[in-house]
Amino acid sequence: MSEHVVSPKIYVSVFLALMFFTILTVVAAYFDLGRANVLIALVIACIKATLVVLFFMHVRWSSTLTKVFVVAGLFWLVIMVALTLTDYLTRPSSPILRGP
Amino acid sequence: MADSHPTTHYGLAHHFDNLEQQKEAGSLGMWTFLITEIMFFGGMFMAYILYRSSYPQDFAIASSHLDWKLGGFNTIVLIVSSLTMAMAVYFSQKGNKKWLLTCLALTMLFGATFLVVKGVEYHEKYVTHHIPIRDFWHWTEPNSDSGHVQMFYWIYFAMTGVHALHMVIGLGIMAVIFWMAARNRFTPEYHSPVEISGLYWHFVDIVWIFLFPLLYLLGAHLTHH
Repeated sequence: MSEHVVSPKIYVSVFLALMFFTILTVVAAYFDLGRANVLIALVIACIKATLVVLFFMHVRWSSTLTKVFVVAGLFWLVIMVALTLTDYLTRPSSPILRGP
Repeated sequence: MADSHPTTHYGLAHHFDNLEQQKEAGSLGMWTFLITEIMFFGGMFMAYILYRSSYPQDFAIASSHLDWKLGGFNTIVLIVSSLTMAMAVYFSQKGNKKWLLTCLALTMLFGATFLVVKGVEYHEKYVTHHIPIRDFWHWTEPNSDSGHVQMFYWIYFAMTGVHALHMVIGLGIMAVIFWMAARNRFTPEYHSPVEISGLYWHFVDIVWIFLFPLLYLLGAHLTHH
């Protein structure tokens, strides 16, 4: 069987990285950085999610077909968000455009 | 295992050539399901994006009424449960039944802990009348629009509620896997149920990784507490 056995060392390293980023996201939230706050929170969450997908979910060692599936899922999510926003952001009455 | 015959292993379904092919098919099936889950949660994240960008101040004030310490505690609990889940897969690959069962039990324990904390949070919302339905809703905070804050709590309860439902289902799945493991159903050659259930568990963890900062940390800089 060509299965890859991931060593506990890697799991623990990923776990520690996830803990670090959790603390980082809490600390970052305490600073009022305006619109940058949400950006930082999302970047950190995306890094954490990527770590979980690649290592805990073994995608790093999975077949190319599995990788294509994962990327396809994210691709459709991006389509949904991007196309919805092109509508909302271009409405003259959009409260998003008016700002806070 | 490339030359294993369909009759050589009790875990091999008759329509697969070998265990490796079966495992790949099962894993792809779970990923396909998880992609539908991404779209399912994605719709709610979309609602969140639109309403938060429309009412950023009200959302920050609403968020400051959630206890980020409990949310953060639950984040850590779920990450630890993901580690024990990953270790369960490792021990199933190694054929170590004792530690496989231990890791599965720990995963369930942390999952249950998460739900208990979630219950404590929901109860606090009930007591303070911050449930956005009829008489359960009472909002007195000045400088904020009750309707907009209500929208935050609608999204909060919808997303964390559906997430909690996934946790309950995950606990059920883990109970079945534990039972199968206890009955010696898994070997180093055949353990894909452990691995595929793990994929689901990790996915539910990922959803929370996004929910925590997006729901709990919006109002941290307001120093409400």
